[in-house]
Amino acid sequence: MYTQALDIPPGEEPKRKPDAVENAAYQAEFDARIDAGATIEAKDWMPEAYRKTLVRQISQHAHSEIVGMLPEGNWISRAPSLKRKAILLAKVQDEGGHGLYLYAAAETLGVSRDSLTEALLSGKAKYSSIFNYPTLNWADVGVIGWLVDGAAIMNQIPLCKCSYGPYARAMVRVCKEESFHQRQGYDALLAMMSGTEEQRELVQDAVNRWWWPSLMMFGPHDADSPNSGQSMRWGIKRISNDDLRQKFVDATVKQAEVLGVTLPDDELKWNEARGHYDFAAIDWDEFWNVVNGHGQCNVDRLAMRVKAWDDGAWVREAAVAHAEKQAAREKAAA
Amino acid sequence: MERKEWPLWEIFIRSKNGLDHKHCGSVHATDARMALQVARDVYTRRQEGVSIWAVRAEDIVASDPDAKPELFDPAEDKIYRHPTFYKLPDEVDHM
Repeated sequence: MYTQALDIPPGEEPKRKPDAVENAAYQAEFDARIDAGATIEAKDWMPEAYRKTLVRQISQHAHSEIVGMLPEGNWISRAPSLKRKAILLAKVQDEGGHGLYLYAAAETLGVSRDSLTEALLSGKAKYSSIFNYPTLNWADVGVIGWLVDGAAIMNQIPLCKCSYGPYARAMVRVCKEESFHQRQGYDALLAMMSGTEEQRELVQDAVNRWWWPSLMMFGPHDADSPNSGQSMRWGIKRISNDDLRQKFVDATVKQAEVLGVTLPDDELKWNEARGHYDFAAIDWDEFWNVVNGHGQCNVDRLAMRVKAWDDGAWVREAAVAHAEKQAAREKAAA
Repeated sequence: MERKEWPLWEIFIRSKNGLDHKHCGSVHATDARMALQVARDVYTRRQEGVSIWAVRAEDIVASDPDAKPELFDPAEDKIYRHPTFYKLPDEVDHM
């Protein structure tokens, strides 16, 4: 994704200087383009608030992918077969890749990769609340693929059409790969469900623990989501939190039935009049508790990321030193 | 030690022979070899490419988006540059 470094040739000044940021004419032109469904590209003029919202959303999304490698990475060494291990390795590698596509997209908005990493490691930036829950047994890995990645797909498909080009294109790539994630998860659960009674219990237990946190992934109710309106106006968000959540519930009921598990909600039932499934109220206290750092794994997850970053410092420095030495040698030889 | 951020490289992938390289994203790497290696891992995990170009982002020059009108509008009224401008008799219109 193009970056701030994609500059016009030296000696040619851009027509719009930073002092044009609040220019009403540019604002009107921007609004018109958004209304017409046009795509905004990296170097185009955009309101500062639009840019900031995108940086926040894309970087949080990237952080979620990176932190999301941890709960499943936890099971790579204990996968039940070589086949499942190879699949899980590929999936976790994909999550890392998704993080990188998204960081690259965020960088097109003029922020440095290091500043984004620093925001994650210092705890300033948020990532998806779902990754602060523990993965207790192998069934958790399957349920994450099925429910967590399933919810992520619901969330992410509309983003493929978001108004900011580099983000939309990154999401197209992400969505193609997420489908593999969801299907491999469901497949792993099918295998367990055809196993012993104990294995089936493990699956049901994992579903019980992940169902509500998965529904929380869509974010607060529309009425409690004050920034949603503006994001919709800007074409960053296309479908509301509650609508996406409903779509997810509607799609998942049948999948649970085929799998042979129960979703842990006594109030879950088809509502003929609405043409949707009704479901019970979500425990938002739990959601905010996890978002605000008090989930079961918040401290662990961040500590793991900080350790990985610190342990890798010498590698980053050595690579720079090596490149500088090679460049100096080449220069001397020339 | 002062942290130096690894330089940014723009990545272009040829998905198969016969097609152009197409921009797909960027990576950070300290040198050309690492840029290609990282690009391979990030952008071709499913055989999306047969060839990778990596270009230092700072070496790319781009047109100013605000110069769009003077750069591209002059072509707008030159419709005679398109084959559809020419209405030929039906019998030979598929030439």
